Amino acid sequence: MDSLQLLGWSAVVLFALGLLGVIIRRNVLVMLMCMELMLNAVNLSLVVFAQRGDPAAASVLVFLVFVVAAAEIAIAIPIVLLLVRHKRSLDLGSYSDLRG
Amino acid sequence: MIDLFLLYAFLASALAGAVLMLVLRHPMRVALALVATMLSLAGVYAMLGAHAIAVFQILIYVGAVMVFMVYVIMLLDVRDDSLVHRYNWMLVPGVAAFALLVAGLGAGVWGGLAPFVAGKAYGVKAFATAFLNEYWLHFELVSVLLVAAVVAAIAVLEVGRRPRG
Repeated sequence: MDSLQLLGWSAVVLFALGLLGVIIRRNVLVMLMCMELMLNAVNLSLVVFAQRGDPAAASVLVFLVFVVAAAEIAIAIPIVLLLVRHKRSLDLGSYSDLRG
Repeated sequence: MIDLFLLYAFLASALAGAVLMLVLRHPMRVALALVATMLSLAGVYAMLGAHAIAVFQILIYVGAVMVFMVYVIMLLDVRDDSLVHRYNWMLVPGVAAFALLVAGLGAGVWGGLAPFVAGKAYGVKAFATAFLNEYWLHFELVSVLLVAAVVAAIAVLEVGRRPRG
């Protein structure tokens, strides 16, 4: 068994698990955390691919993903706060009247 | 030998934490499972020689993002239906899509990657030199992105306030 193959496959599984969590979970905060898991999986794949390529470029890309994750959380949390203030619920099913 | 064992142990721990995130009920436990996953991934990065990224993973993700997340979970102590019923009606199609994605993408990744060659250790010094010499434009663009995020967060909170008269 090859550890680079295993690492790349683990990145795929982590990304798919995060996507599954976004799709099936009902709690808004859990969905946000699953998005963070997807970003982490992308970081893992970047680090794994950097083992065969340019580590400097990969490190800079990973750092940019860190910043994007921080910005995403900084914007998503106020939106969740607004939603909860509106409905007093973290359940996404209770926001179905928001559809256009 | 011990390196390889630690790598696999950290990897297994990360995958187990990710599975726990989908199974656990309360958001606080999910957050702790995510913290465990991130710490294990930092261990994986360190075993792969990406020391700078391992440090940033702990400082930024576990130190900043997840503390913010835990703070919000404690702030919004809402008891509703999502604590009792974890999953919505998408459970079965979602799991089927998960299996398809892992089978398709995983097979491609498994077949497409060449055998493992351990990279050289890549520390903070090399990262900083490359970042500020070659990628300074990206550095500045990231600062613009962060300022935009702060402005957007303040604007979102302003929407929720009553108009001042």
